[in-house]
Amino acid sequence: MFRLPVSKMDEFFGAIAAAQTLYLPADGKDGKASYVKWESGIALSKALNTVRSAKDFFFPQTTNLCDFNVNGKNIEIIDNRTESEDFVVFGVRACDARSFTILDKVFLAEPVDSYYATRREHGTVITMACTAPEENCFCNVFGIDAANPEGDAACWLTENYLYINPITEKGRKFIETVKGLLEECDSAEVDAQKAATKEILDRLPFANVNTDYFRKNTLLDIFNSDKWAKLSESCLACGTCTFVCPTCQCYDIKDYDTGHGVKRYRTWDSCMYSDFTKMAAANSRTTQLQRFRQRFMHKLVYFPDNNEGEFGCVGCGRCLSRCPISMNIIKVIKNFGEEE
Amino acid sequence: MQEQTVKRALELLADGTVNRVLGWKTGEFAYDTTPAVFTSAEEVEKSFIYNDFCGPNLSKYLIKESRKEGKILVFLKPCDTYSFNQLCKEHRLIRENIYVIGVPCTGKVSAEKIKSSGIKGITGMESDGENVTVHTLYGDSTVKKSDAMGAKCSTCKSKKHVAFDELIGEDGEVNNDNARFEMVEKLEAMSADERYEFWRGELSKCIRCNACRNVCPACSCENCVFDNPESGIQQRAAVNSFEENMFHLIRAFHVAGRCTDCGECSRVCPQNIPLHLLNRKYIKDINEFYGDYQAGADLDTRPPLNAYTFDDCEPSIVYKKGGNE
Repeated sequence: MFRLPVSKMDEFFGAIAAAQTLYLPADGKDGKASYVKWESGIALSKALNTVRSAKDFFFPQTTNLCDFNVNGKNIEIIDNRTESEDFVVFGVRACDARSFTILDKVFLAEPVDSYYATRREHGTVITMACTAPEENCFCNVFGIDAANPEGDAACWLTENYLYINPITEKGRKFIETVKGLLEECDSAEVDAQKAATKEILDRLPFANVNTDYFRKNTLLDIFNSDKWAKLSESCLACGTCTFVCPTCQCYDIKDYDTGHGVKRYRTWDSCMYSDFTKMAAANSRTTQLQRFRQRFMHKLVYFPDNNEGEFGCVGCGRCLSRCPISMNIIKVIKNFGEEE
Repeated sequence: MQEQTVKRALELLADGTVNRVLGWKTGEFAYDTTPAVFTSAEEVEKSFIYNDFCGPNLSKYLIKESRKEGKILVFLKPCDTYSFNQLCKEHRLIRENIYVIGVPCTGKVSAEKIKSSGIKGITGMESDGENVTVHTLYGDSTVKKSDAMGAKCSTCKSKKHVAFDELIGEDGEVNNDNARFEMVEKLEAMSADERYEFWRGELSKCIRCNACRNVCPACSCENCVFDNPESGIQQRAAVNSFEENMFHLIRAFHVAGRCTDCGECSRVCPQNIPLHLLNRKYIKDINEFYGDYQAGADLDTRPPLNAYTFDDCEPSIVYKKGGNE
């Protein structure tokens, strides 16, 4: 365990940024936090979390995959990738840190997605323990400890010190680059903070939400449940929940005609959208009920079925606070759980 | 209010006037109410709610609901009745399949607004019309209701219902003080560059979730141009950093003269973009160029942008009146 005085935070960020690009949550003009590239003068946000998740660093909303130049009957394929610089994402919360593990299972499985893999290789994730969770937080339902986050290195911010503990090899390398500013220390203050946070986590409104229903019942029984009709009836079919979600990973690939060539790009897709899974022959999901169901079946049934029982949700609470009509995964889980 | 609305819903279901009720359903924390269709007395008794936390405008759901079997009861707040009228005017609702009860509104509380004042972990709220008691994980606090309302309600245009079959409570008055145009005036007073910076700053936050479009009662096209693969501009994310600006400008133009200023676009934006300001600019311009006009106020007045008269101002006159060339 290492630490540095809070008064040296700027110097610390400066030292990181001198070696590689540093991103951290900062408050915007509207008071909402988002990840920004650190420059001198930018302060770490005190907000619990960013509006958008941290998945953007590894799986951005838009990626230009490659370009085609068309000359008569010749097509030249141009790999325009430049994203090979090392970067640090600082201040990632435990929920978002776990989302990377989930995304890894999708993008790093064979065939490996080289765009994602490159970003993961070059990115170092420094997490920050939570001390004041919100009512919408339910990461503990998925076995995540907000007071003791994963990542390449984890941090705890107390009144006077920033504590940092390396977890992975990458984390240890990172510590080496800033070692001049750090002092070795014991974990007494961090342990006290963990205990205090745990006390809050235990009494969160959703701390004991039960997901057993989705383990005990068969895929088809859940799929065919008549509950989906009611749950989905007021869904606006916007993509808010999917776009603020740290684990939603569906995408679409499109060709953009530039007039003298083609840009092939991929963008986040949303199962909430009417043309999700629209194919040349037909669309396999033509109603909002089917699309709404897809989102929750994916997170609560299909993903765990394919990944040793791990749910495709990290309980960050973004969809709860952002859904325009306040329909969300907690309401879905509870609604099914009522049958228990 | 809650008691009277539930009572009327149960009576109209029982006497067969309607077979469904469109209203708001209780959530987990008081503030997270969800629009819902209730089909039985049991459902109404169990989870129907009408209070200071029922922000969502229910009018647009009627496009779909009024096409179903039987008559549906809907509870509409004053501002929602403007959207309702506008949808009727555009022949998007089957009026005879709808029974409207107008419910009074003194402004809706926004959890988002309360959270932006630094209150965290809201587990429950009560409003007595003046003050909101907020229960949180970290203790209770009290906020003045006027400080707890979102942009949609803090510049309310009308407490008068413009469409209803019956009313609960006393009807209110139209608010003519034009306070809702204050921010538009500030934007107009900016230089073109400042204004451009303002909108670039706001619109560049857009994540193209389409929440503003999908919640908007004026956006009722059966297939939006942005969802149509044949249109050539169908997309989910911007190809370049300017595209989201075009999305919002096209949308604002398309609803100009039809937008009732219900404020739902800004209420639902996950990125807190003040989208209603674009619409208010058009409303203000229409008022100035063609005389005062409020979309949805009635069923008969011809919308200025759909009517042509010899007196219509020409672009040159727009410039003379202070518009930028």
